[in-house]
Amino acid sequence: MQDEYNIVQMNNISKRFGGVKALTDVSLNVKKGEIHALIGENGAGKSTLMKILAGAYKRDEGEIIIDGNEAKSTSPKKMIDMGVSVIYQEFMLASDLTVAENIFIDNMAESGVFVNWKELKRKAKTQLERLGFGHINPEDTVGDLSVAYQQIVEICKCLARNSKVLVFDEPTAVLTFSETEKLLSIIRQLKAEGVSIIYISHRLEELFEICDSITVLKDGGYVDTVATSKINKDQLVSMMVGRDIEQLFPERNAEIGEEILRVENLSTSDMVKEVNFSVRKGEVVGFSGLVGAGRTETMRAIFGADKKSSGKVIYFGEEVNFKSPKDAIRNKFGLVPEDRKKQGLLLEQSIRMNTTLSAMKKVKKLDIINHKKEKAYAKELLASVSTKYGSLEDNANSLSGGNQQKIALAKWLAADCDFIVFDEPTRGVDVGAKTEIYKVINRLAEEGVGVIVIASEMPEIIGLCDRAIVMRHGSVVGEVPKEDLNEDNLIKLAMGV
Amino acid sequence: MTSEQKGFDLKHFLINYNTYFIFVLLIIISGMLSDYFFTTMNLTNIALQQAAPILVAIGMLFVILTGGIDLSVGSVMAVGATVSAMLITDLGINYIPAMILAVIVGLLFGMFTGILVAYAGIQGFVASLATMTIARGFAFVLTMGTPVKMEQGTLDNIVDRDNFFPIILATAALIVLFILVQRYTGWGRTVIAVGSNATAVQLAGIKTKRFVMSTYALSGSLAALAGVFVAARTSTGSATVGQMQELDAIAACVIGGASLAGGKGFVARAVIGALVLGLIGNVMNLMSVPSYPQDIIKGFIIIAAVLLQIVTSKKEKTV
Repeated sequence: MQDEYNIVQMNNISKRFGGVKALTDVSLNVKKGEIHALIGENGAGKSTLMKILAGAYKRDEGEIIIDGNEAKSTSPKKMIDMGVSVIYQEFMLASDLTVAENIFIDNMAESGVFVNWKELKRKAKTQLERLGFGHINPEDTVGDLSVAYQQIVEICKCLARNSKVLVFDEPTAVLTFSETEKLLSIIRQLKAEGVSIIYISHRLEELFEICDSITVLKDGGYVDTVATSKINKDQLVSMMVGRDIEQLFPERNAEIGEEILRVENLSTSDMVKEVNFSVRKGEVVGFSGLVGAGRTETMRAIFGADKKSSGKVIYFGEEVNFKSPKDAIRNKFGLVPEDRKKQGLLLEQSIRMNTTLSAMKKVKKLDIINHKKEKAYAKELLASVSTKYGSLEDNANSLSGGNQQKIALAKWLAADCDFIVFDEPTRGVDVGAKTEIYKVINRLAEEGVGVIVIASEMPEIIGLCDRAIVMRHGSVVGEVPKEDLNEDNLIKLAMGV
Repeated sequence: MTSEQKGFDLKHFLINYNTYFIFVLLIIISGMLSDYFFTTMNLTNIALQQAAPILVAIGMLFVILTGGIDLSVGSVMAVGATVSAMLITDLGINYIPAMILAVIVGLLFGMFTGILVAYAGIQGFVASLATMTIARGFAFVLTMGTPVKMEQGTLDNIVDRDNFFPIILATAALIVLFILVQRYTGWGRTVIAVGSNATAVQLAGIKTKRFVMSTYALSGSLAALAGVFVAARTSTGSATVGQMQELDAIAACVIGGASLAGGKGFVARAVIGALVLGLIGNVMNLMSVPSYPQDIIKGFIIIAAVLLQIVTSKKEKTV
């Protein structure tokens, strides 16, 4: 009987933004003490539903009952008081304040006006110890902590509010392999303590590892809620997208030609040590490794975004030394950065402007932009990566993650590169958009472009790449040919076991 | 159904073009409050007076688009005014080359700030604060604190009715030019892009620093030209010209919907913003409101304009 008790009941929730239906008649019931996964492609309505639960959005229809109490009107404060806390992908931490201050940010001076610093630190310590992170100093500035530790602080903050329901929005997207394992065990511990968890992730392996049941959303509608034990990965994917998982990685018929990039003993002053590798024409080479292994830094140094301290780059048979991204792009060497929001897109600007940014010279003469030509060119580029958008004049941030990433790709296609590095091209992108991005990468390889893909998800390296180069602590630690590509080999090299 | 659609459009229009709406409203109110408002004399006066604030606002807008700010424009106006006046009176140079030289000096001041911001990494606020005192001091040192009076038939030619008020024509031409520059040039596009996300622009293979620097250079040049205009109108080059003008210019941009965070703003609306401020001053002068209450009212109008924009952005977000 106790097991059947629903701590969260969201019944028949509907929400529209202007003329667009974001959620239609969606229900979510979470039992007390269970880990409940919420999945669906980007744009399926997961975030909207969770924002409604957090009180950030107001629902148009439906009811929300938390622990037997109906929430008639909602606000962030009210939902926190009712016991619901959300840990967003972008943490809500004050990075200049200390760990202790952040944990108790909404309740620093417990009684009255003055803060009892000693007591605050002691209580913070208790919270951290509860999760097995007693070694984090409550007096450390949050901004100086690693992402994983910041996440711990965020969890402690929620626990300090005595939350009954914790929502994790893609918590492992920013974590390394070992950090992920640690987080999952914390979540299991919270469950054992009776906290209910709503868990959003694109990584299906994790869901099967820790979740009790799964609710699937699609296109703003409710698909089904199933017990994890009664379903497998393939069935789940077809529930999400209505297609099979085998089709995730499309076929490629690229002819692999001569060597076009050779990197010899490349080092940077801080991260990269004596890196050697080469890439051939039409080849897709994966760079695998843990977060922080130096893969991004290696590519940025080649691209001219960071300084090299030593080493040679031979590009189409000639030694090159790109001094700036501009220099690299002039030589038709492109890099699609990992963080599209911070490094890739102008979120507040139009789709048109974003798409043609790196190829403005194709649509201007004497610095005067031909708007008609620009629009036609932008449309053509966006269509070539099958981007879905309303109008070219809409802001980039009006699109879903997958479509934003496609704009970033379109922008680079415009630069007509002979070599492109994709840094985490499918991070935070839904399954359907992933396949389309893989198709673009395949097409480039088929056209004879050399491609490097940095990916933290091993299935991506295995499914997409001709071979993989594994890095650890700033050095290349191994190369795995296509026939030996499997998760076992990659993990062993990446972790050095 | 259709009527509902129309109602929505009108609302949308008012929200989107609130700067123009405020402007038209202000003209109507001004006309009702003072019979003298719609006379050719008064309208010409407004145009002559507002030429300088408009130019300064345009320069400021481009700096603001990059996410920067230029506090030195008021002082650079004083430089423009004094340099042109002294070249004409002390060196006997013809007023046209004198104007050009004054603008070049303004350009150098702007480049100085721009280099500090773009290449030395000093925040725009701080760098231009320094230039602000340097330029003002420079103007005072140059004139030794005494306003330079120019003879008739020199710089006052550019405010001459018989020449069709060159100031007004030049300002109108510059407004049109910069509207086109923002809309149609790669430079205008890149300036907005840099203000939106400089990292992304750099990684797209564009050198951002020179664009940031160039906006300050433009701002300095336009400020100096504005200073020349003020000197022409008063036949005097004074080191006190343009005091607090930087704040009016920022206010004009903000009333015109520019975001101080960068990446958002339009030339035409900043011009209207400058005119709104000018009109408020004009009509209150016509009604003999003393200048101190004028400042209070001006302040509230700035708040009202910005509140309207906040409403707009909220509307956009929910769609």
